[in-house]
Amino acid sequence: MNRRTELKVSAIRNGTVIDHIPAEVVYHVFGILNLDQTANQVYLGTNLDSKKLGKKGIIKISGKYFKDKEISKVALVAPNATLIEIKDYEVTKKENIHLPESVSTIVKCINPKCVTNNQNVPTSFTVTKDHKGNMKLFCKYCEKAMSQANLEFL
Amino acid sequence: MSKLKGRSLVSITDYSKDDILKILDIAEEFEQNQRQDILRGHVIASLFFEPSTRTRLSFESAVQYLGGSIIGFASPDVSSVTKGESLKDTILTVSNYSDLIVMRNPLDGSARYASEVSPVPILNAGDGANQHPTQCLLDLYSIRKTQGSLDNIHIAMIGDLKYGRTVHSLVQALSLFGATFHFVSPDSLKMPSSVKTVVKNAGLEYHQYTDLTEVIPIADILYMTRIQGERFPDPLEYEKVKNAYILSNDMLDDSKETMKVLHPLPRVNEITEDVDDNPKAYYFQQAKNGIYIRQALIAAILGLK
Repeated sequence: MNRRTELKVSAIRNGTVIDHIPAEVVYHVFGILNLDQTANQVYLGTNLDSKKLGKKGIIKISGKYFKDKEISKVALVAPNATLIEIKDYEVTKKENIHLPESVSTIVKCINPKCVTNNQNVPTSFTVTKDHKGNMKLFCKYCEKAMSQANLEFL
Repeated sequence: MSKLKGRSLVSITDYSKDDILKILDIAEEFEQNQRQDILRGHVIASLFFEPSTRTRLSFESAVQYLGGSIIGFASPDVSSVTKGESLKDTILTVSNYSDLIVMRNPLDGSARYASEVSPVPILNAGDGANQHPTQCLLDLYSIRKTQGSLDNIHIAMIGDLKYGRTVHSLVQALSLFGATFHFVSPDSLKMPSSVKTVVKNAGLEYHQYTDLTEVIPIADILYMTRIQGERFPDPLEYEKVKNAYILSNDMLDDSKETMKVLHPLPRVNEITEDVDDNPKAYYFQQAKNGIYIRQALIAAILGLK
């Protein structure tokens, strides 16, 4: 690991860093994780130079670790982001966020006639990619496909 | 005893090729011998949360030909739905009184949800604009009966290919059997790319047309559909295409001897009445085949065949 990057990441003593967020969705990730409502210290950087992404964003949250379900939400808008966990200034976990195979209860179905929008039924989707490599969510119930642009989080 | 016993049927994709062929074989048996008293002592619930004539009557007649009893409702006005009961509660209650639930509901995905909460199997008789698997099976039955086999047929689908759920399911099912597809529609109602991907992934061919006359000489099956005005956000767009595909008797002169015209019905004007007397018209027999298919499904799911 590059020393400079490590220093950047290690700037918090305990907590989580989400790196390699495409700059255009960094505020979206901030909202998905409800960081506007947290009492923890949060650092947000955006439009940072990135070899991989051109411009990237980074979010550091002090004193907080996320559950898989919360990270799944991030993967839907920033599927190539990196999740880093820090304990006592040490990186204890560093992994690429991957698209989950399925997501339940976190996204609303786009179809107003879907049973999940009309009865008390939790949503459930299979996550796939189309022939162009774009993410698609297939509703388990109404069998409609949604693209990233249509996502509405519950 | 088949492996279909106790399994709900929500979407045609719930069935494998073998499952489909098994149902068609049982249906053939019922066509030979329609009145069999095998459902005596069984109760089938028929829950129609929206009106339907053809599907409901053919299910109910299928049950009665087999000697079974039916409970249920033909419209939600007479059920506890009007009191605000949830679908889950209705299904759990009715499952106490019946061996199998046949359900039509206007909500997309309601049948999948019902199958998850119900202790008895659910037979989907149409969930909104989503799936109508018994229509698909009766289409397959009609194709096999008139063509001798489901393998490698040339099927032309005409009309509203964008919104028509019957054509989408039929493409999915026929892709298991190696068909060649000919899609005829106005540009605004073309087959969705998700359905064309199913064809591609199966290693099969499809061709797209805007002119109906091009496909008549090559098709084994002409599958006509109605262009539904309510699908169009702009009435002017509907006016442009509503009469685009009308099949009349003189157009069938160049068709293959064994070719048959299918239609899920009801028709409006897309097949003129002079076609009805042509031996190639098969749509009314197709609707009749629905009873054999529904008999076969009920018998197989209850483990009686």
